[in-house]
Amino acid sequence: MKKKRTPGQWLRSRDGQKTLVMIAFMIVPLLLLFVFTYLPFGQMFGFSFYNMKYVGERKFVGFKNYLKVFERDDCFGALKLSLYYMLGSVVQLAIALYLATILSFKVKGSAIFKGFMFFPFLINGIAIGFIFKFFYTRGFVFDTVLQWCGFQLDNLPYWLKDQRINNFSLVGTSVWRYFGQNMVLFIGAIMSVDQELYEAAMLDGANRFQQFKYIILPGIKTIVTLNVILSITGSLSAFEPPFVITDGANGTGTYFIVMHQIAHTQQKVGLASAMAIILLLIIFLATLLQKLFFKYVFRSAEDEDPRAAKKRERAIARIAKKRAGSAQAGG
Amino acid sequence: MEGMKKAGRSCLTVLKYFSLVFFSFAAVLPVVSCVITAFKTDEEYQTTNVMTLPKSWLNFTNFTEAFQKAGMGRAFVNSFIILVCVLFFSVIIGTQLAYVLNRFHFFGNKIIRALFLFASQLPGVAMQIAVYEIMYGLGFINSLLGYIIMMCGTDIISIYIYIQFFENIDYSLDESAIIDGASYFTIFYRVLFPLLKPAIVTSCILKGVGTYNEYYCASLYLQDKKKYATVATSLYTFVGPLGSKYNLICAGVIISLLPALIVFILCQKQIYSGLTAGAVKG
Repeated sequence: MKKKRTPGQWLRSRDGQKTLVMIAFMIVPLLLLFVFTYLPFGQMFGFSFYNMKYVGERKFVGFKNYLKVFERDDCFGALKLSLYYMLGSVVQLAIALYLATILSFKVKGSAIFKGFMFFPFLINGIAIGFIFKFFYTRGFVFDTVLQWCGFQLDNLPYWLKDQRINNFSLVGTSVWRYFGQNMVLFIGAIMSVDQELYEAAMLDGANRFQQFKYIILPGIKTIVTLNVILSITGSLSAFEPPFVITDGANGTGTYFIVMHQIAHTQQKVGLASAMAIILLLIIFLATLLQKLFFKYVFRSAEDEDPRAAKKRERAIARIAKKRAGSAQAGG
Repeated sequence: MEGMKKAGRSCLTVLKYFSLVFFSFAAVLPVVSCVITAFKTDEEYQTTNVMTLPKSWLNFTNFTEAFQKAGMGRAFVNSFIILVCVLFFSVIIGTQLAYVLNRFHFFGNKIIRALFLFASQLPGVAMQIAVYEIMYGLGFINSLLGYIIMMCGTDIISIYIYIQFFENIDYSLDESAIIDGASYFTIFYRVLFPLLKPAIVTSCILKGVGTYNEYYCASLYLQDKKKYATVATSLYTFVGPLGSKYNLICAGVIISLLPALIVFILCQKQIYSGLTAGAVKG
């Protein structure tokens, strides 16, 4: 026994200190979290039942705001635009995965390529707006480059005005901005796969595609899944490209653009809140469905895992045998 | 057989470098065209094609004019104040929170983590509808202090980076300090905080770039563009009558992204690893 008073007292004082530290260390972040996230979240829910501005009278209107969201063309119809952004994010993930695979093997100047492709992620939104207004202006950068490639200026559309094409132009800017960042994430994931696996596969003579399919892809499926989920929910709340480039004009107003204008320009706070709540519900539903979907896919994949592993072994063995065979034939 | 294999491999190599060059070109083209235009005089800008190189690479008049017209001197001071304060406070808040969440097991630990995770999923633009009312109520419109306090709030990525780092610090360090009679405050500030340095650097770079580039809340809450513009929102000067003088605008844009470029060149590794660390857990 040590020379302590009662063990209970000692514990209590240690515990007391613990509680004190916990309170001292957590009170500020929790307060901030409450004031800037959960309090407004609750308030927004409340606002959605009122006809109100930020200042002045508020009138309770029940579910009228919610009905209006579905009735007005500019609100709910704008969600259709998120399909463009979903398509864009698929393209973006594919490009990122392709480039990450290339860069995870030995490549000359890989740091420079990586840096060039990543840098757009670090540019501030308003600068991006100006850069692309300039880029897409008639006869300017994009048109000039296309003319170098042999296109005639007269056959080219107005990239930001032509309603058939302008949403693709905007999605392009978003792909431009984020593909490098996705690529860096994927490279990180690929690098975290055990290097010995690659060496073993190389020794066994597996080709690039086989390496990708049997080693890289299984190693990074978590992060790919995560990015798919993020990008689909992200495309529902697409906001930045039209906000900084076209200001939502010419049929580029996504749901969030319309919501921003209703809230801050027209000051119909109740209606905007209802829009926000509806979109949040849709996003949660989409996230949930995707999680279930991927869980289902992965569970069945895991069930097949022993079989897949056997298949992989067999494939590698076959290649090794062929190698040995051709070496013998050559010798 | 061997020959075909060799041909196939060199074909792949060509494809590989072609893809890299193509996508790198696509990534830098919009920025490079801005740089080219920023060095052109008004007359050159009006008479030459945008991709024609400027006569002189030493023509900095657009840069000085853009800097003055957009009040970027003031904006850089504001951005600097915001950056320093936000980083300072969020490092303290974030490391302390991560320490408690990682080292202490108590009822509500998981709930608090879940609350932060959920908060990070809420789209910011939607939340600002109601946050605006709160900022208004607190008198935080047109107040640098208010904006700074708001920006110190939820930041799940740095918290994750810190928690991950704490997980790799052996608990025996804490234990031996406890045996020596150190209080929890002492353990945190004397023993653990210095060890966190790499994680702090990483999260500061990420959060720093994010704060410097933030423009949506800045334009909502710092409406007085003369006094409280940040570097990002100072670019709004070029909307309107100056909207077609792209040689001037491009110069402003280039000035605004120089700090990010410098940080990127100096700290590439930390940026990459920070992003990866934040993403795997998130």
